[in-house]
Amino acid sequence: MEKNKYKQLVDKHTPKENRMYNGMIAFLSGGLMGVLGQFILQLYSYYLDIPTKEAGTYMIITLIFIGCLLTCFGFFDKWVNFCKAGLFIPITGFAHAMMSAALDYKKEGLVTGIGASMFKLAGAVIIFGVVSAYVFGLLRLIIFGG
Amino acid sequence: MTIKFDNVYINDTGTVTGPYEKNGPLQSYFDKSYNDFYFGLKTWEQAESKLIEDSIDILLNKIGRTRFDIDLHISGDLMNQLTSSNYAASKLGIPYLGVYNACATSTEGLIIGSSLVDKKIIKNCVCSVSSHNNSAEKQFRYPIEYGGPKRKTTTFTTTGGASAYLSSDKKGIRIESGTVGSVIDMGIKDVYNMGAVMAPAAAQTIYEHLRDTKREIDYYDLVLTGDLGIYGKKILKEYMETEYNIKLKNYDDTACMIFDLDNQPVYAGASGPACAPLVTYGYIFNKMKKKEITRVLLVATGALMSPTMVNEKMTIPSIAHAISLEVIE
Repeated sequence: MEKNKYKQLVDKHTPKENRMYNGMIAFLSGGLMGVLGQFILQLYSYYLDIPTKEAGTYMIITLIFIGCLLTCFGFFDKWVNFCKAGLFIPITGFAHAMMSAALDYKKEGLVTGIGASMFKLAGAVIIFGVVSAYVFGLLRLIIFGG
Repeated sequence: MTIKFDNVYINDTGTVTGPYEKNGPLQSYFDKSYNDFYFGLKTWEQAESKLIEDSIDILLNKIGRTRFDIDLHISGDLMNQLTSSNYAASKLGIPYLGVYNACATSTEGLIIGSSLVDKKIIKNCVCSVSSHNNSAEKQFRYPIEYGGPKRKTTTFTTTGGASAYLSSDKKGIRIESGTVGSVIDMGIKDVYNMGAVMAPAAAQTIYEHLRDTKREIDYYDLVLTGDLGIYGKKILKEYMETEYNIKLKNYDDTACMIFDLDNQPVYAGASGPACAPLVTYGYIFNKMKKKEITRVLLVATGALMSPTMVNEKMTIPSIAHAISLEVIE
């Protein structure tokens, strides 16, 4: 059988992913994540009297902490698996990727394990995050003058 | 290439599994099962090695022999440098051959062992394989606690170790012949659809086996493929019909048997070198001993996947080796 013909056969028997359903779940869970973030932000700025700009940073740190902690407890992966983009696009996904890699490699030592492999998944996010921040920052400077 | 064996028997087997297999439908057919993934050790890699050691311990106990009575140990697994087999072999101290054909390693080992026993080069040998869900996930995919979305065609690596004792004593199950498959590449790049990668290799090996032995597919009461999964199984059936005009009727896939596909989170089914032997040595051999089925063609399938080559945009080659198993008359 030719390769393209075989590919057709494979496609025929490969189940379609429920994109609509996955999208809805991601939309809802991602939205809830935003609500949670907003709630924490309000909590910090109103009750702890932190300026909103700074409270944003604290809110992010809190979410990272929650993401990492729940990953260590061993059930956050099931949540991410279910919510998909709803949980891994927000900062929790980044924390989850870092923490899960660190957990896997901690047995290979502090430097050769955690140090070398913690960014295995999240490294790409950082690299492309920095590069795109640079590119878009530059465009903003050129078009809008800063 | 098909090799005919006159006088080789699998006298006994030893199987050990992890928790998911224990909760599956074939739980009563395994010799030993663990409730966690560490088995009292520090790492998953060490744990996988223990699966081989345990399965051999159980096997030696069953046949009443010590490691000094064994001429040769053939073993393989999925880890880089065959770590699990090598470390188990270092504790056993039996002359050792490490073999790798991904998930087709089990039948590869059996064909090598059978050839040596049949030609009386050795008196007996132990063939073992292992796979461990967590060590395989860590090496080939993502960290264990990472919950990236998985596609429906993804398979779930079996945790287990399986060993078989081969000799020319007329006991147990006879290995009648073995077909060594060749490597096939049908241009599939999708690492999450291993069934599609391996189905053509299985088809070709089944076809060559039937051609070499001049048999019809009905000769076998059961044809078992290794780990194609739900969708790979469908692909193989259609591929066999269109390409070789062979209709698979009494056919099943061990990946669809070891787990409860509806209630366990295993997506398209099981995978891993241990999958085919765990199902065969326990459940299938039991059926054969009761003479419910007498002739079985076991076709273990392996995707010869390397994460590096996949990243370099190469397609994934695959292989399948078949052995014909018979009840002793």
